[in-house]
Amino acid sequence: MQNLPLWLDLLLAALIVAGVAFALIGSWGLAKLSDFYLRLHGPTKATTLGVGGVLIASALWFTYKTGVPSLNELLITLFLFLTAPVSAHLLIKAALHLEQSRAKGSAIPPTSPRPGPRGR
Amino acid sequence: MSLTATILPWAIGAFALALALNGWRLLLGPGMADRILALDTLYINTLALLVLLGIWRDSKVYFEVALLIAMLGFVGTVVLSKYLLRGDIVE
Repeated sequence: MQNLPLWLDLLLAALIVAGVAFALIGSWGLAKLSDFYLRLHGPTKATTLGVGGVLIASALWFTYKTGVPSLNELLITLFLFLTAPVSAHLLIKAALHLEQSRAKGSAIPPTSPRPGPRGR
Repeated sequence: MSLTATILPWAIGAFALALALNGWRLLLGPGMADRILALDTLYINTLALLVLLGIWRDSKVYFEVALLIAMLGFVGTVVLSKYLLRGDIVE
């Protein structure tokens, strides 16, 4: 990694720093925020973006190094960006089903009465 | 020494810190949904850490690992949420 052109070096460093910042902020939100519905917010947006930045940096670096476009990262990015909303949706459905308690003063209103043990 | 090479170890350390935060939520999380969310974030951060390690060690082997983690992690999250939701996985 000695003889990178300056523009690529700066671009890679910026992408990696942005990715790390997003991932750290997302994880910090997951650890700090007060109830589940707030906590879901941090990782599902920030961490996905952070991983996206790191993967783009990796794709650029390996494309530069080997000379052929590196498509593995694109595959991972595509897969992650497709699956992250699905898992977040399933998680919040499960949490609503279990009626997770909300923090005091939360903006999210209480749910309607329970639809029964096997209801959706 | 290029800027990227200087930054990489710090970035890997920062991801390790993020993993520690996720692990803390995994141990602490009051509800099951919190724990599953912590696991979900944990695998995504691990994936990014592995990709950075791949750049650092200059090896493409780590991508296969990252892809595997992405697939199995997604299946794990879906199965666990489904279990919480229905009390059963395959109906």
